[in-house]
Amino acid sequence: MSSAHTGASPPARRLPLHWLGILPFAAFVTLFLILPTMKIVVGAFQTPDGSFTLDNIQGLFTPSILAAYWISIKISIASALLGCLIGFAVSSAVVFGGLPKWIRGPLLTFSGVASNFAGVPLAFAFLATLGPVGILSVFLRSELGVDLRALGFNLLSFWGLTVTYLFFQIPLMILIITPALDGLKREWREAAEILGATGLQYWRMVAFPILLPSILGTLALLFANAFGAVATAIALTGSSLSIVPILLFAQIRGDVLGNPHLGYALAFGMIVVTGLANAIYIWLRARSERWLK
Amino acid sequence: MRKIWAWGALLFGILYFTLPLVGMTNFSLKMRRGEYSFDAYAKVFGDPRFQETFTYSVAQALFTIVFGILLVVPTAYWVRLKLPRLRPYIEFVTLLPLVIPAIVIVFGYIRLYNTSSWLPLTGSAFGTDILLMFGYATLALPYMYRAVDTGLRTIDVATLTEAAQSLGAGWATILARIILPNALVAVLSGAFLTFAIVIGEFTMAALLNKPAFGPYMQLLGANRAYEPAALAVIAFGITWGCLGLIQLVSRFQKSAPPKA
Repeated sequence: MSSAHTGASPPARRLPLHWLGILPFAAFVTLFLILPTMKIVVGAFQTPDGSFTLDNIQGLFTPSILAAYWISIKISIASALLGCLIGFAVSSAVVFGGLPKWIRGPLLTFSGVASNFAGVPLAFAFLATLGPVGILSVFLRSELGVDLRALGFNLLSFWGLTVTYLFFQIPLMILIITPALDGLKREWREAAEILGATGLQYWRMVAFPILLPSILGTLALLFANAFGAVATAIALTGSSLSIVPILLFAQIRGDVLGNPHLGYALAFGMIVVTGLANAIYIWLRARSERWLK
Repeated sequence: MRKIWAWGALLFGILYFTLPLVGMTNFSLKMRRGEYSFDAYAKVFGDPRFQETFTYSVAQALFTIVFGILLVVPTAYWVRLKLPRLRPYIEFVTLLPLVIPAIVIVFGYIRLYNTSSWLPLTGSAFGTDILLMFGYATLALPYMYRAVDTGLRTIDVATLTEAAQSLGAGWATILARIILPNALVAVLSGAFLTFAIVIGEFTMAALLNKPAFGPYMQLLGANRAYEPAALAVIAFGITWGCLGLIQLVSRFQKSAPPKA
């Protein structure tokens, strides 16, 4: 009787105590992360008086909003692709290129800083560099006779924003891909060489397939990163370029769309896009971890 | 051949990253016509709005850090000690702020905690300050939680807890005097990162109408020419300083165990 009692009572007593420990955390996350997001998601499917509707979602498919999504997606894809490419080049140069060992530490530290240097100051830095009277624009015009403006380059445009976003995209790629490159084991290369593979064959048939999930995953992450960036875009373009985050910002500020619940739908669309991109990232990262520990 | 290519890639990277920094520094020094001067910096530092907004953001950052530590350290500790099976889920939740854009989160706040709601946080200045701090804590959660959790991995949480308990320590004592000092380096790096995030944050503060540093920078950027560049240099300096401090404390940790 007593043994049955001691066998049964500990779980009954331990269980509530255990859960209590994360209660503050759970409460905080529910109130300030989950509920606000749910409010947006649910609001996207509601009319102002609270009944269910798909009109808001349908409202997204108007030419002006679709155009905003499209240009946002284009900028995010361009800056993610270029960021991946350049970041990979820089990272592999440091890992495999036979560069001095001491370069690595400062490069990674700097990448940590630069990937956090987004927002308003970043926009100022690029205005001072590539803006109409920026240091590089003036230099190119006066020394080389190249007028960026005449060539159609404008910082407040698709390419201008892409070039600016690259300033935090490339370092993020370097930060994530360098450990993956380190994970390529020397033995794999040696094994490939013993079997008679050339350097190109090793890369094409061994290293690249192993790295592919990491690269694609980071691509998705960079895409989401660019898609959610608000501050840089606003500081750079004011509201002259109609991308989704700017449109949403204006909507929250002053209901520019004329329908409060269309704002919910706009935000819901953002969650869907970044959520999808991040899901791809998480899935691919889990796959790549099988090889790269 | 491979080396030339590698140097080329590195050189391109260096050029890409130094040019904007050189550009903004150069621009920030050119306020006086024809010569370099610190006029723009003097203007910025002399501006009472700068002092106000900067102080406000620093205070917000400090409160966010304290709140973040109080929230994250006990949770990460408890999960490691008692609920290890929950770890993947907690980790997933802490990464959500990276998935949901900040502008969406703050939009939710505005709709959920407006004056006519059950918790009218946006109704008063103090309430909005609190709400903004919670928002910052949410934004910093992924970094803070990861830093602390990684820090706890290096110490034997279970043994330390049992030892402390057998000496008669309660939970508060264990957390404050055993766990926190042992994970201090990790907590500090989370704190510095939080500081860097909060100081430059724009979206939340702007949409909650708070006089923070980020919106001030944006406002100045829309109206002035040289001061914004000076502000960008200052902001970059702060980010650089915070990340430098993280490096410093983690180096301190590596050299600490042999000494102790």
